[in-house]
Amino acid sequence: MSDADASGASDGDGSGAFGAAIERGEDVPLLTGSGEYTDDISLRGTTHLAIRRSDHAHARIESIDTSDAEAMEGVLAVFTGEDVVESGVPNTIPTAWDLPGLVQPQYRMLATDKVRHEGTPVAAVVAETRHAASDALEHIHVEYEELEHVTDPVDAVERDVPPVHDEAEDNVAFDFELGDADATDEAFADADRVASVDLRQPRLIPNAMEPRAALADWEEATGKLRLWMTSQNPHLHRMLLSAGTLGLPENKIQVIAPEVGGGFGSKIYHYPDEAVTAWCSMQLGRPVKWQATRSESYLTDCHGRDHVTTGEIALDDDGTIRGVRVETHAGLGAQLSQFGTATPSYLYATVLSGQYTIPAIHCRVVGAFTNTTPVDAYRGAGRAEGIYVIERLVDVAARELEMDPAELRRRNLVPPDEFPYESAAALVYDSGEYERAMDLALEHVDYEELRERQRELRDEGRYIGIGIGSFIESAGLSPSGLAGDLGAQAGGWESSIVRFDSTGSVTVLAGTADQGQGHRTTYAQVAAEELGVSVDDVTVVEGDTDRIPQGMGTYGSRSASVGGGSIARGAREVREKARRIAAHQLETSVDDIEFDDGEFHVAGAPDRSLHIQTIAHEAYLGHDLPEGMDPGLEETNFYDPENFTYPFGTHVAVVEVEPETGEIEIERYVAVDDCGEIINPMIVEGQVHGGIAQGIGAALYEGAAYDDDGHLRTRRMDEYVVPHATQLPDFETDNTVTPSPHNPIGVKGVGESATIAAAPTIVSAVADALEPFGVDHLDMPITPESVWRATGGDN
Amino acid sequence: MYTNDFDYYRADSVGEAVELLGDHDGAELVAGAHGLLPRMKTGDESPPALVDIGQLNGLDAIESSDGGSISVGALATHAEIADSEIVREHAAALADAASELGDPPVRNGGTIGGNLAHGDPRSDPPAALLALEGSLEVRGSDGERTIDAAELFEGPFETAVADDEIVTAVRIPTDDDAVSGYRKRRDPLSGYAMVGVGVWLRTDDETIEAARVAVTGATTTPARLSGVEDELEGSAVSEETITAAAAEAGTALDADAFVSDVQASAEYREHLLTIDTERALYDVLDVGQ
Amino acid sequence: MSEHNISVTVNGTHHELTVEPRTLLVSALREELGYTGANVGCETGRCGACTVRVDGETIKSCTRFAVQSDGAEIETVEGLADDGELSTLQEQFQENHGLQCGYCTPGMLMSADTFLRENEDPSREEIRDAIEGNLCRCTGYHNIVDAIEATADQLGEQR
Repeated sequence: MSDADASGASDGDGSGAFGAAIERGEDVPLLTGSGEYTDDISLRGTTHLAIRRSDHAHARIESIDTSDAEAMEGVLAVFTGEDVVESGVPNTIPTAWDLPGLVQPQYRMLATDKVRHEGTPVAAVVAETRHAASDALEHIHVEYEELEHVTDPVDAVERDVPPVHDEAEDNVAFDFELGDADATDEAFADADRVASVDLRQPRLIPNAMEPRAALADWEEATGKLRLWMTSQNPHLHRMLLSAGTLGLPENKIQVIAPEVGGGFGSKIYHYPDEAVTAWCSMQLGRPVKWQATRSESYLTDCHGRDHVTTGEIALDDDGTIRGVRVETHAGLGAQLSQFGTATPSYLYATVLSGQYTIPAIHCRVVGAFTNTTPVDAYRGAGRAEGIYVIERLVDVAARELEMDPAELRRRNLVPPDEFPYESAAALVYDSGEYERAMDLALEHVDYEELRERQRELRDEGRYIGIGIGSFIESAGLSPSGLAGDLGAQAGGWESSIVRFDSTGSVTVLAGTADQGQGHRTTYAQVAAEELGVSVDDVTVVEGDTDRIPQGMGTYGSRSASVGGGSIARGAREVREKARRIAAHQLETSVDDIEFDDGEFHVAGAPDRSLHIQTIAHEAYLGHDLPEGMDPGLEETNFYDPENFTYPFGTHVAVVEVEPETGEIEIERYVAVDDCGEIINPMIVEGQVHGGIAQGIGAALYEGAAYDDDGHLRTRRMDEYVVPHATQLPDFETDNTVTPSPHNPIGVKGVGESATIAAAPTIVSAVADALEPFGVDHLDMPITPESVWRATGGDN
Repeated sequence: MYTNDFDYYRADSVGEAVELLGDHDGAELVAGAHGLLPRMKTGDESPPALVDIGQLNGLDAIESSDGGSISVGALATHAEIADSEIVREHAAALADAASELGDPPVRNGGTIGGNLAHGDPRSDPPAALLALEGSLEVRGSDGERTIDAAELFEGPFETAVADDEIVTAVRIPTDDDAVSGYRKRRDPLSGYAMVGVGVWLRTDDETIEAARVAVTGATTTPARLSGVEDELEGSAVSEETITAAAAEAGTALDADAFVSDVQASAEYREHLLTIDTERALYDVLDVGQ
Repeated sequence: MSEHNISVTVNGTHHELTVEPRTLLVSALREELGYTGANVGCETGRCGACTVRVDGETIKSCTRFAVQSDGAEIETVEGLADDGELSTLQEQFQENHGLQCGYCTPGMLMSADTFLRENEDPSREEIRDAIEGNLCRCTGYHNIVDAIEATADQLGEQR
């Protein structure tokens, strides 16, 4: 095994950067207002795009009259779907994940035949000012023939409704199965008890604080398109724009993601709007800018979740889980977004074993087209939905068995010596010490004492609940070959360049793309550790396809493990080349060179040494290199992990519920996360905090709804809540560290863990509080009214 | 995000503002803009002209007058009212409502005159004004008049303030023997009142001599709760009285008076109104709990 | 369409500009004057990313027309640091990891800075109330509250 492939914790000698709570290098521009988000960038002659969207959930377009709008002052052009078709570009918004039997309907930039959800783009106005573009929208006259619509995924396939797409008469996009149905049936037949739960996981709207935006600049003379956009994965956008939508060669497209104000999944996708922005610039030969309003975000950013599920769990009387059976209808929305098919299938069904040894699992998912905003991965994607199901089932089963829910979990946890553990849901877990994390979480709340207090309070008519959420996450989807076997149209690798500059500073070019995660800091820590230089000597560059040759982007909790892994491997290659130069110049063999804190020295002769930054200079001088060695000191690395990583942990919430009003108060929230080795504990904690907030949001506040007309009912920020400071408690966090054995730096990723954990933890706590009322489950979001009704307040 | 285009006029006096309103059909007043501007962005309102009175001098004064009332200038912001010792002492319900409204920047930007003239049924000050039996002083092309709280709220976003009238002040009668307060149950989504209850009571420590209780947020139009008031008046200051009175919270209201939305049904709001009325009474009375 | 000439002072610098009546204050600051620190995150006045100080008080600059601010003294996030030296509050946001994507940060800082002028020793609950009008989707607020609390402590020690 070469040094570059060594696994386990960082083995770089020196700087101690890895693991330190270093302040973020990215903060100063953001704190002073000088950080540049897409809308902060202006080019000379920038024009503005506004998009006319369908008011109807489902309608046939009969005619579009743009003449009044075109005649307005300041309006440069008004384009319809027909104009895009006539331009001859490929005009496809492609999916990026195939499934057996998948129906893949046409998905164009601007609709030409039908509109299939409220908010479908039907025409584009480009004008000299934002006001002029916005004013012109209502002067585009669109005649529609309204069609019957459907917004619920069960109704879509089970009721006699007109199809969203003619290609799928029954509105079924796919019918997916995972696991062994026969073995599961047998397990259920043999088991002592069966518990079940019917649940809904409502649509969530990601709500990155920065709405999506794009600025396109087409240069006719060179045939080059530059596109600044709010992207989590600029290279993926470049590829999809090239191959699917615009037909430009990939090397004639530069996608730049400047500062990006949050993503949580919503900025992964290749939407019509940014593509239209680029296309308009190509038509007009001028820069075109589009900035979504929040209302447009609500109507068009891919939503998350939308599952209707029946889950069953079979157990023996002693609490041994024998099997799990799950059937889900997943709403996909009106079009297939890039990973809209993978999220409710593989990313969901494969985690249904949770932290538990479950011999038999079967899951069926019907993916349904509905007349709604497309659904795709939102923080936790698939894993959040799956863990929610298994955790609800375990709680409901504990109630059925009259067993403490912590004890039931404990009896079924995969023990540490069983790793790598192959679950019945087709994953191989890399490493885990589940009981240690659970014990630590329970210890933080003094679990036994808390149960005693709960009993006492109940006697006084007060209802506190203790919720437990034990989770795993499959992070950093890989390897590429497996992803390909499952239908992915992209790889699971990540790429980076680690480069010593000639004067000894280090530049890291990474193919991932930050939206607040702090890559510029953590990646610098990884490189500094491996190279024995100071973190301040390392500059990390992301988010520009002309500067960074290749990349897959930031989603699925992959950046630290796959991106960081790539950087560590590249840095080790750089270090080894430097070692060969050091050996040459110190006139000894490579095997005699030791590396410590940036210094190469001859074994047994510490005063005969060269610093790695001196060697960098020598490498670029090229005057005295080993025979046959090329000058320069940089490496390009492509890292394709051998497996996912599996972060895990247990969260515990203590809530008090007031049955009279249904109000829920979160008393404590304790999160114990194990994300493997920790690059920067401050940043890990921040990711956990934010994840908890979104999980609590889902559990108590958030949920998009459609009205009877197929209109989004929660269409503004005062109708769909992003939790504010007074709605969230302080968080208590802790960690255990179980390194990933196959990752070069032992990390597992932490971006989504807490979101996955928090929703089931809170629901568990509320249900626990309501045990005296016989309530074992409430659907999210748990509003005070739903509590009041569940406790019989309305009778 | 963008409003319609409109003509903008800045008034240098109340008289000029009245004139400008008269001269421009459909013109609306703007001061803090917190009620109007968001509705213009969504297209719910698109006035052809705005008359800005935000910079008029002297209209933000909060004063106590000899005749047993306080006067709050129409341009006083919610933050100023929440911080005013005069309001806190003589009209605590209004101070409570102002301090519960929106969030800090919204309280700094929004003004009481605009708030009350706008008639948003989810907003906090209406319940306080009703309970305090305040009134609006308005000036229009026909001169000045006073609109009593009881006459003010005509429906959702509909008030008795005419299109060509300007609210110049809110007047609230004071009574040294009375207590008042406002209790809000915040809608987690909008931050407006899901249920807001304003109470004003005059007691001699043993008996409730007079009572005025009003609701906002729960109902499509802010309203007095006469059933509660009838139960309270003449009754002893006691837990029993409070319980009995709160039970009357919904009785004088029509069944369809309650708001139903994505967060809370009419039935639930009606239930909460009883609870919050009871709690609002406990807040101001020195009894039990 | 009428236009209006207005003058404003932003972070101590006097500006004269011509605006349409419907130009929002935040748009004038960002697009006409180049103060792009304040951000736009919604159109309902809910998110607070556009929070600036006008005549000493925080307001949401998307909920005011620019023309209404004629003659006003405006302070934005760009004015918090002193000659490149971060303010205590800004330093504490960095030290406590009170920001991630940074989009809400300019408004959050303006609310916190204003709050701390009048509240020397706030409780965590009071801090949460003070930033209720500023939404953050990344941090869950815990570290923001920490940062503001630490700022109050540090300013208290300096007094």
